[in-house]
Amino acid sequence: MQYEYFVQQLINGVTLGSIYGLIAIGYTMVYGIIGMINFAHGDIFMVGAFIALIAFLCLIALGLTAIPLVLFLVLLIAMALTSLYGWAVERLAYRPLRHSFRLAPLISAIGMAIILQNFVQIVQGARTKSLPPLIEGGYTLIDSETFAVRLSNVQILIVLTTLTAMLVFSWVVGKTRLGRDMRACEQDLKMASLLGVDIDRTISLTFVIGAGLAAVAGIMHLLYYGSIDFYIGFVAGVKAFTAAVLGGIGSLPGAMLGGLLIGLIETFWAAYFSSEYKDVAAFSILIIVLIFLPTGIMGRPEIEKV
Amino acid sequence: MTQEAQPDFFSLPGIAAALKSATLAALVAFGLFSLMVGMHTDIGPSGAQELEPRFGTVAILAAIAFVGTLARELLFHGRDYNVASHIPPGLKTAAGYVSTYFAPALLTFAVIAPIVFYSNRYLLDLSILILTYIMLGWGLNIVVGLAGLLDLGYVAFYAVGAYSYALLATSFDLSFWVCLPIAGMLAAMFGVLLGFPVLRLRGDYLAIVTLAFGEIIRLVIINWVPVTKGYAGIGSIPRPTFFGIPFNANDDGFAAVFGLEFTPLYRTIFLYYVILGLALLTAFVTMRLRRLPVGRAWEALREDEIACRSLGINTTNPKLTAFAMGAMLAGFAGSFFSARQGFISPESFTFVESATILSIVVLGGSPLGIALAAIVMIGGTEIMRELDFLKAIFGNDFDPGQYRMLLFGLAMVLIMIWKPRGLISTREPSVFLSERKVIARDLIQEGKG
Repeated sequence: MQYEYFVQQLINGVTLGSIYGLIAIGYTMVYGIIGMINFAHGDIFMVGAFIALIAFLCLIALGLTAIPLVLFLVLLIAMALTSLYGWAVERLAYRPLRHSFRLAPLISAIGMAIILQNFVQIVQGARTKSLPPLIEGGYTLIDSETFAVRLSNVQILIVLTTLTAMLVFSWVVGKTRLGRDMRACEQDLKMASLLGVDIDRTISLTFVIGAGLAAVAGIMHLLYYGSIDFYIGFVAGVKAFTAAVLGGIGSLPGAMLGGLLIGLIETFWAAYFSSEYKDVAAFSILIIVLIFLPTGIMGRPEIEKV
Repeated sequence: MTQEAQPDFFSLPGIAAALKSATLAALVAFGLFSLMVGMHTDIGPSGAQELEPRFGTVAILAAIAFVGTLARELLFHGRDYNVASHIPPGLKTAAGYVSTYFAPALLTFAVIAPIVFYSNRYLLDLSILILTYIMLGWGLNIVVGLAGLLDLGYVAFYAVGAYSYALLATSFDLSFWVCLPIAGMLAAMFGVLLGFPVLRLRGDYLAIVTLAFGEIIRLVIINWVPVTKGYAGIGSIPRPTFFGIPFNANDDGFAAVFGLEFTPLYRTIFLYYVILGLALLTAFVTMRLRRLPVGRAWEALREDEIACRSLGINTTNPKLTAFAMGAMLAGFAGSFFSARQGFISPESFTFVESATILSIVVLGGSPLGIALAAIVMIGGTEIMRELDFLKAIFGNDFDPGQYRMLLFGLAMVLIMIWKPRGLISTREPSVFLSERKVIARDLIQEGKG
């Protein structure tokens, strides 16, 4: 019983952690390049989940029944439109502030988060939206008398999609021209622009990629829980930010690792201590990590220059 | 787009470029709103989610984006439009007079308002709400405006104050005036509790930690059911009394003691003066503190922390004092809130509330500006609810309260882009040589104010 229960929580934790990891990448990339906390990123994730829900309903209404095709199309539509949101947010709310005072981009980002949340609430209503389960079934891994460890097909899909998204993303950052520009901007924005990197374009594309990954996370969240509302972005955003900080902000493998850890900690806390206080656990980790380990697990120490 | 070659005003290439960016804006707007606005999902009669197309709204939004961008490009493209240099000097002096006498006039109005509008219960209740936000704004201004510490969890202290009064009054039967200082002290203790761990953190990390702290307080209130009753909230909280005389219709009630006819309005008017007094106390404390060494340390800290440290200023104490002061004032406001409502639940203390207070502070930028921002943003949306012609335009179920937070968010972004120091941000230096020179808004940039 003990052992089976543990394995089940491990599976659930890894699934949840994959979703957090995908969102955390958006935070860590933006922080790495322009040194700001994109507070609206959690709400971009929420917008992605809503677009995915609407796209699902549209495609089903159009009479498409082949689930893999529907999933693929939803993935494309949600990523494209959510990326547009990411681009627009950067263009309208952050780019004009690049040389403003220290806290201006953060305040603007909070404003943007409020805008996105209330925009969705106004146009789609405050009620929880639900989607009938599209992918059913799964495998029973261990079946003892008292407890059966289940691995559902949705969980497999989530972990596989996350892995694919991570591989594609690592390839973009590691091997392409764009990735090289991004890494250059991360090291030194001014120097990169002197050496001919189009920094406006690179920063825009960073937001676009981050929003695209958040959209993937949004679809996964929608498939896993089956219901969304306009408020999911706030809590998920803070937890994903915690993941980014825990992994070391600015570090991409760190974000993924941090996401997994946060997902596991949250799941195990809920399973073994109290499910009421699982969010308190996540927020406390954020505070503790920021105070005692501000560079995170894989981050580089930040040197304050005058 | 600002880096492009600047086409001449109203020349053919200029119009072509403007048309091009307007078309792009319309396309982006179409993309953003196509699914989000164009398809409304709701639970249909069968219980499943159903779609309802709203293509007309998308078309209108895209058209607005097109026209808006076109107008902006044609009017302002490539020119730094400086409004200040176009104002005639006569108007400037007039504006100077107005701003000199505006604050005293507003204060006088606030003091006599209940006497003038004594019969208008709605207006008095709204004024109490606005004054609560003004007080919270001024309290948060100590932390954000003076000390430069961005606090996203301010509502936690408000909650501590509210629950302190509610619990003390319902369990130990203490009166409002005894509980008020206790609630303030408890909130201040929580402020120091938050202050200690965040001492080493930089601006944006600090903001996130305060946000997490605020959420933890709210979650604890929700889940600590034996004490706080969780979501159910605490009800029948005793109302404040007039130095021991309750506001009721009994023989020992306020009306009977003073030989007046009983009306529930006396309590409302009394509450109005209590919150006005608390708000003025906040303003007074802020004004005096700015002239003390700790106040000057706050402002120095806000401008440049590294410079502060290298000049030998102890940064620990001012930071903790700022958190404690701000928290204490929020605690006062919180206990007033629970005394006025008679009922509190965790729903009143969400992040949205912190964001509202923060955007009032950001929007205002100065004590007077904060008061105006609270009046316009809180009062404005409430009054819009009552206007009939808006209902005629937007339909009967039009609720401006729904748009309040949207406007707040929009205002925060726009203020950061145009006037990062707030709308009314003329400042008087607290230390000066021979004469006090007002620092104009244009000069208040980083390091110059």
